[in-house]
Amino acid sequence: MATKYININLKVWRQKDAKAKGQMESYKLDKVSTDSSFLEMLDQLNEQLVNERKEPVAFDHDCREGICGMCSLYINGRAHGPDRFITTCQLHMRSFKDGETIFIEPWRSKAFPVIKDLVVDRSSFDRIQQAGGFVSVNTSGNTIDANATPINKADADRAFEAAACIGCGACVASCKNGSAMLFVGAKVSQYALLPQGKVEAHDRVLNMVRQMDEEGFGNCTNTGACEIECPKGISLENIARMNREYLKASLS
Amino acid sequence: MANSAFLKSSLAKKYWMALTGLFLCLFLIGHLLGNLQLLSTEKYGAALRFNQYAHFMTTNPAVKVLSWLTYISILFHAIDGFWLTVQNRKARPVGYVKNSPSANTTWASRNMALLGSLILLFIVTHMASFWGRMHFDKNMPLYKVEIEAMGQKQSFYQLVNGQFVPVEQVAMSLVEAREKHMPKYIHNKTELFDTNAKIQIGELYKDLYKITVDFFKQPTYGLLYVILYVISMAVLAFHLSHGLASSFQSIGMSHPKYSPFIDKFGLVFSIVVSVLFAILPVYIYFVL
Repeated sequence: MATKYININLKVWRQKDAKAKGQMESYKLDKVSTDSSFLEMLDQLNEQLVNERKEPVAFDHDCREGICGMCSLYINGRAHGPDRFITTCQLHMRSFKDGETIFIEPWRSKAFPVIKDLVVDRSSFDRIQQAGGFVSVNTSGNTIDANATPINKADADRAFEAAACIGCGACVASCKNGSAMLFVGAKVSQYALLPQGKVEAHDRVLNMVRQMDEEGFGNCTNTGACEIECPKGISLENIARMNREYLKASLS
Repeated sequence: MANSAFLKSSLAKKYWMALTGLFLCLFLIGHLLGNLQLLSTEKYGAALRFNQYAHFMTTNPAVKVLSWLTYISILFHAIDGFWLTVQNRKARPVGYVKNSPSANTTWASRNMALLGSLILLFIVTHMASFWGRMHFDKNMPLYKVEIEAMGQKQSFYQLVNGQFVPVEQVAMSLVEAREKHMPKYIHNKTELFDTNAKIQIGELYKDLYKITVDFFKQPTYGLLYVILYVISMAVLAFHLSHGLASSFQSIGMSHPKYSPFIDKFGLVFSIVVSVLFAILPVYIYFVL
């Protein structure tokens, strides 16, 4: 496929720091290769801004191959942009038309405060993880190899699918309630499905949900937006599993 | 309960929302089955059956317990829903400039609070029109039938035990019965008393059927009420189209094998129940 170049208009959220009041700024960017990724397009914008002696746009990114969970961005009203099962770094400019106006905003959630421009603080996810998203393993020298424990293939597969969550926060960003239940559901499920995780299952789900509520995330109303926008295709079944686990733990 | 905060946590609120919602769906089935008696085409069948249903619903002790559960469920569902909505709004203090929610969600699922508020408004006005009159109206009409025998029309009260009592034998109070020398009188709205013995000899039906038919056949506002009722049932259909299947998800019932069935069942239930409810005012207005 031959490389094409398009000219685009950008409307980008600019915010000096966490306390400043932000606003949308308009930019024109010419000669954007349709082969470039969305983040490369932003690099190109920043190059243009630097040449104009202006402050470049701050945005999160790291691996740029869809696995680290760092990139975010609410693009044209959708988390990680228009396509499904991809992160923003995997989104390419061929998904946009010549002359199109593209809106770029940060994740919006009380629990994800904006640090600068498009960068948000997602440490609330870390604190939920720290509240129970782990297994305690004796490392005194006689640690049992995980592979020595027989696990049903179907359970192993579902645990792996849940563990595919990269914690990017697209679920929270696209949920009309700003709920983190797909993330927490995935993190609860990846352990609840495995024998190693069953030992601490009771406290894990109670503590993770408590931390989730304390962080100020909203309540799930099962709209299903998270599942559609999740770059890793985490299923709503994980939320149902968390609901079961929590009910079980609460009643025992 | 450990440290679960079983009433306050986000998940507990979901459970209560789901359980009260599911219970209210059961209530809808009962209410609908009763209302469908209005469609009976037997002579006097619709009126008698509907009044029998109303009598059963207001006097049976088991139903009393269920009706209190229903009132509590409606209140709890509404208050919990309101509280959840307030919290959810707070979870996103700054909104998006451009948002495309229709790309990933249905309209009904995003507007449950609005739909629920409209349903609550409907329930309040609906209860004022029927439930309130049934329970508190002192001038609630009693169920009568006109029977034609030998070319003469005569009005009878039909009692709960099936007996017929001529209307002219029954006074509206003991005082009236004594003044006019009538053998029977009505005490405490529906109890039929013998004037001489002053003991109860029967129980009359309140004529909720007449109230219902008259309500939708009012000359000025009847058609407006019919339209508002049909719209309300459409609102109910949208609310249930998301709510029913959603409540199973909330209590943790999700499985690739039976979830597709639950989703379809929720949709079918919401449409069938709402359409059947909506048919009744239309039937009363245009057919009766």
